[in-house]
Amino acid sequence: MSIIIDNLTHVYMEGGPFESAALDGVNLRIEDGEFIGLIGHTGSGKSTLVQHLNGLLKPTSGIIRIDDITVENKSKRLKELRQKVGLVFQYPEHQLFEERVFSDIAFGPKNLGCSGHEIEQRVKESMELVGLDYDSMKDRSPFELSGGQRRRVAIAGVLAMKPKILILDEPTAGLDPRGRDEILGRVAQLHKKYDLTIILVSHSMEDVAKLVDRIIVMNKGKIALDGSPGEIFKNSQRLDDMGLAVPNITRLMKMLRASGMDVPEDIFTVAKAKEAVLKALRRDSDA
Amino acid sequence: MYSRIREGVGIIKSIIEASNVGFSYINYEEEEIAALKDVSLDVKKGEFIAVIGHNGSGKSTLAKHINALIKPDRGIILIKGMDTSDDEMVWDIRQTAGMVFQNPDNQLVATIVEEDVAFGPENLGYPPEEIRARVDDSLEKVGMEGFAEFAPHLLSGGQKQRIAIAGIIAMRPEIIILDEPTAMLDPSGRREVMETIHYLNREEGITIIHITHYMEEAIDAHRVLVMEEGQVVLEGSPKEIFIKVEELKSLGLDVPQITELAFELRKEGIDIPPGLLTAEEMVKALCQ
Repeated sequence: MSIIIDNLTHVYMEGGPFESAALDGVNLRIEDGEFIGLIGHTGSGKSTLVQHLNGLLKPTSGIIRIDDITVENKSKRLKELRQKVGLVFQYPEHQLFEERVFSDIAFGPKNLGCSGHEIEQRVKESMELVGLDYDSMKDRSPFELSGGQRRRVAIAGVLAMKPKILILDEPTAGLDPRGRDEILGRVAQLHKKYDLTIILVSHSMEDVAKLVDRIIVMNKGKIALDGSPGEIFKNSQRLDDMGLAVPNITRLMKMLRASGMDVPEDIFTVAKAKEAVLKALRRDSDA
Repeated sequence: MYSRIREGVGIIKSIIEASNVGFSYINYEEEEIAALKDVSLDVKKGEFIAVIGHNGSGKSTLAKHINALIKPDRGIILIKGMDTSDDEMVWDIRQTAGMVFQNPDNQLVATIVEEDVAFGPENLGYPPEEIRARVDDSLEKVGMEGFAEFAPHLLSGGQKQRIAIAGIIAMRPEIIILDEPTAMLDPSGRREVMETIHYLNREEGITIIHITHYMEEAIDAHRVLVMEEGQVVLEGSPKEIFIKVEELKSLGLDVPQITELAFELRKEGIDIPPGLLTAEEMVKALCQ
């Protein structure tokens, strides 16, 4: 199920004194099963973009095609779209509202008109996907869980709709390092095992660089960069100019190069940096 | 070391003194949970302290003890000599120690920036000229002087958080406690807030207690406290703390990327000093 975005423009408060173009002629193609990191500072248009993908916002002009569904300014078939594209908002745990974990996750499938058995099945599966034990957790109140657990309940609620495309907006914001690794590990698994197309919206270059195949950088409502993490981090100056911090390790590589050490610039993990530095040092001592 | 300094000079004052502080609460399952167990702490005036630890380790509970939002069950905590268990002292303590929380949207109360900053001094009953002066001064110190008449909802996250800090500064506190103030911000917002609190520490001498999950933000602190299960388990300079790569990882914490790289390179027999914290230090060590 590919996503094709053709010349998408979105203007907020059109005709009013605060009119502003949040998206300005965006063209993009995302293939089935891709794992994408969507990066950009606050106000760059990334949230506006993802809200178009499940029809929460409609284009001011331009077209989005997801499978056989077309979203235009006057589109009506949005219910089907929202089933295919699951959107996990920032701080999704704020949206939990039921008394029991089970009923919160069951809310979506129930509204789809699923049978009781089907609902139970879906809740079980979704809880397993996010690493929550069904038997011990299903009857607990979401409000007595830890922050990381609550967030996983919220994500399970979206997965219970069986989306083909999963979009997560800043899924690790406010979590501690362990909670962050847990959530990101689960997301990576959803991609690998279940072949979901995943779009991860994030501020954290470090997190994104470790996980995704492709990074899309947005700036001022346009796509500024699009490529593999290695290709993206070669542009550290441009990323800086856009108010985005490159991983510290990438910055170090650039500084080492400037000081005459022969290391590649497109490095963004500690493991890769270690390899590169060792190689450069050993080359020096051999020479 | 501290005691020697005190004997020799006699002027380095403790502004926060906690001795054997304990605090428990009852959870949903009616079990007693010890959020703080026997925490002792001595913070000097003008120190910049970073507190790290995973969620539930007791960081926020400790922070709330410092401005008397919570009173200890056991032990004693003195803020500038004032006992937080003494009800008469609560307002003086809260004026001395101001608190900034994670979510800027939950802290701004007014529809105009300057009214928000004026909220504290207004409640203290100061005359209008004094309030005006404090508002202008506070906005200037956080670098938001051009935004006095803005509506807060039109500001970025980093700007909102700086307004929240200005609201605290307007109370002229000696201590500011920040509970994950950058958790909801993007990289440029984080940078703005970090620059602001370092400025307040350096130029205004305000004592800072900064709780964070971002290890990079702890690098420039004078002292780092690591909390686990309601106790302070490690304490020292950033170098002394981040050198303990494996210990921190076993506590579910990160180390700064550069420190981790230094640790890995040393394991391979590369001769660099332990506990390198910044890219600059690493370049110096490798390319000398």
